[in-house]
Amino acid sequence: MRHIISILIENESGALSRVAGLFSARGYNIESLSVAPTEDASLSRMTLVTSGSDEIIEQITKQLNKLIEVVKLIDISESAHIERELMMLKARVTGAAREEIKRLADIFRGNIIDVTPSTYVIELTGEKSKLDAFIQAVDERAIIEVVRSGTTGILRGDKGLRL
Amino acid sequence: MELNGAEIVVQCLKDEGVEYLFGYPGGAVLHIYDALFKQDAVKHILVRHEQGATHAADGYARSTGQPGVALVTSGPGATNAVTGIATAYMDSIPLVVLSGQVPTPVIGSDAFQEADIVGITRPCVKHNFLVKDVHKLAETIKKAFYIATTGRPGPVLVDIPKDVTSPAIKIPYEYPKTVTLRSYNPAVKGHRWQIRKAVDLLLEARRPMIYAGGGVILGNASAVLTDFTRLLGFPITNTLMGLGGYPGTDQQFVGMLGMHGTYEANMAMHECDVLLAIGARFDDRVTGKISEFCPRAKIIHIDVDPASISKTVRVDIPIVGQVGPVLEDMIEMIRSSTKVPDPKALSDWWTQIARWRGIDCLRYDGNSSIIKPQYVIEQLYEATAGAAFVTSDVGQHQMWTAQFYKFDQPRRWINSGGLGTMGFGLPAAIGVKLAHPESEVVCVTGEASIVMCIQELSTALQYMTPIKIVNLNNRYMGMVRQWQEFNYESRYSHSYLATLPDFVKLAESFGHVGMRIEKPSEVRAALEAAFELSDRTVFLDFITDSTENVYPMIEAGKGHHDMRLSPCSSVERELA
Repeated sequence: MRHIISILIENESGALSRVAGLFSARGYNIESLSVAPTEDASLSRMTLVTSGSDEIIEQITKQLNKLIEVVKLIDISESAHIERELMMLKARVTGAAREEIKRLADIFRGNIIDVTPSTYVIELTGEKSKLDAFIQAVDERAIIEVVRSGTTGILRGDKGLRL
Repeated sequence: MELNGAEIVVQCLKDEGVEYLFGYPGGAVLHIYDALFKQDAVKHILVRHEQGATHAADGYARSTGQPGVALVTSGPGATNAVTGIATAYMDSIPLVVLSGQVPTPVIGSDAFQEADIVGITRPCVKHNFLVKDVHKLAETIKKAFYIATTGRPGPVLVDIPKDVTSPAIKIPYEYPKTVTLRSYNPAVKGHRWQIRKAVDLLLEARRPMIYAGGGVILGNASAVLTDFTRLLGFPITNTLMGLGGYPGTDQQFVGMLGMHGTYEANMAMHECDVLLAIGARFDDRVTGKISEFCPRAKIIHIDVDPASISKTVRVDIPIVGQVGPVLEDMIEMIRSSTKVPDPKALSDWWTQIARWRGIDCLRYDGNSSIIKPQYVIEQLYEATAGAAFVTSDVGQHQMWTAQFYKFDQPRRWINSGGLGTMGFGLPAAIGVKLAHPESEVVCVTGEASIVMCIQELSTALQYMTPIKIVNLNNRYMGMVRQWQEFNYESRYSHSYLATLPDFVKLAESFGHVGMRIEKPSEVRAALEAAFELSDRTVFLDFITDSTENVYPMIEAGKGHHDMRLSPCSSVERELA
């Protein structure tokens, strides 16, 4: 099953490689990983999407907790939560296709953030499945490149992951 | 007090109460060596290879419970230390390893003797640090000792670039008295409710079994474990790492369990209805086939490391906490409980165990005209009255020592259990002897293992650490040979050592005493002669039976009840 693990980790060099190294050393999957500092500059927040049986997820969270630099973590997919991913898609668009892809972007509530005579860059935010669906909807031959941030997530309601 | 970086390193070690520093100099640590030269509180032991430094520090740590400390230079000095660090990591031994690094301005430029040792050791340390600022040096070393010695212990590496130890920069020094890490708070006491549930289950058990590991020794909980076990009257087995955690000569002790454990220990594991695992980690050499592990048992597991619990075997009652405090709580609850274990059930269980014991699974051919390795260990046990510190390397000799040397006290059995590092025994013995100069220290080894760190014979002479090396010389990598016999139709691929040194001359050339023993009748006298030479290191080269195998054996992928027994054991008695 897919799990989203949110981690507060000391904002120190090497901390990220400890997490990444743990996953490769123990053979766990990483679907995506996103990390950036928080409002407290001494902490980074990492969102890690992984999959595995309940036993494996239990081990993953225990092993992550064992890393000295990990301050706190939570598996947000066990509670009501919101997840979002940012994608930018560059498409080759000329002639009638320009209007069509703009309509498609509107349907998906995307924004066109760069325009040249032959290309668009479309920015889209949403759950992973929405971004996947948009890629499916665009003519494969038109896509020049796609960049995705990886999933980030947050708990609904008044609970939060903080010190 | 104003000190430079190098002086800070040395002063921190003094303030930590470090007695011995095992090291080898080199370019990146020259400032530190200069600071060491100007003092004599911290005694530096010059090893002959950095692997020896980490193993010696490890032996010191295992035998004392105090952290072992090593100092190595950058690049090859640090990479040579990696095997020793990984050895300590697998067995949860507190080590602090200080490594030199190239100066900060050239880090990342592939400078001479540069290696990313923080990156290299990341998967085999409890934690590691790169100190880029001399102002952070004392604080970081304090953290290193704190992390290494608390919770589940382990090695911590501190990488120190040369410019950080420069004599040119002096700063005010104060060693931090305490350290707090917001992200690291190891558990001490177990959860009271969980302990209560565990005690209830134990008191209802009809065929209970206690399985205790290295955590008992690391947690200094041998005495409380012994009280606990005697209070309940349950059978107990120790893992390889746990030997000495419960007295090996006690009636309730059924021997080591696992791949080369006793028949009675493994059968009791297989048939028990409640298993209490204490400071043990369900290693594959212990569990055998997971799906057949303790098939009838409810399992309770006490461990300071939550990640050890339900890692390979699901447990019914997990208790996260230090072994000692948890067992103390359990004793208190048992004493105040109105329930007692069913005496009839327990007595039937002991009758069954006695029947398993009766097959005499460790018996070997006592009439052989060639020296049997088991006989050497039995004689060693008697000659030392079971009181020696015994280190070992890895392989058959290690298993025979575990089976035949009955350790009654903790921290006497010093071996590389998790990583299985050949070459560990000799340097570890040096570390043990420095810590216990008045005790007998024996390194049981084999002719393949011993040459892996043989250079440390020089260290043993320089520091006058008189140890006895018991070399069970069967001309083969014995355990490899045994597996090849059983699993590869006796195709002994590259396990025969066609060219061996003359170990007597070799010992003599290093300034020690060498003896070769070829007859069973000479074994005891040779051992006694060696111990008579109390101020000398003696290398005893026992020429042993090369065809002898370690029994019992649970072959990989089999369950506890599926043991291969020695042809000498009395299987028929069990069947009758």
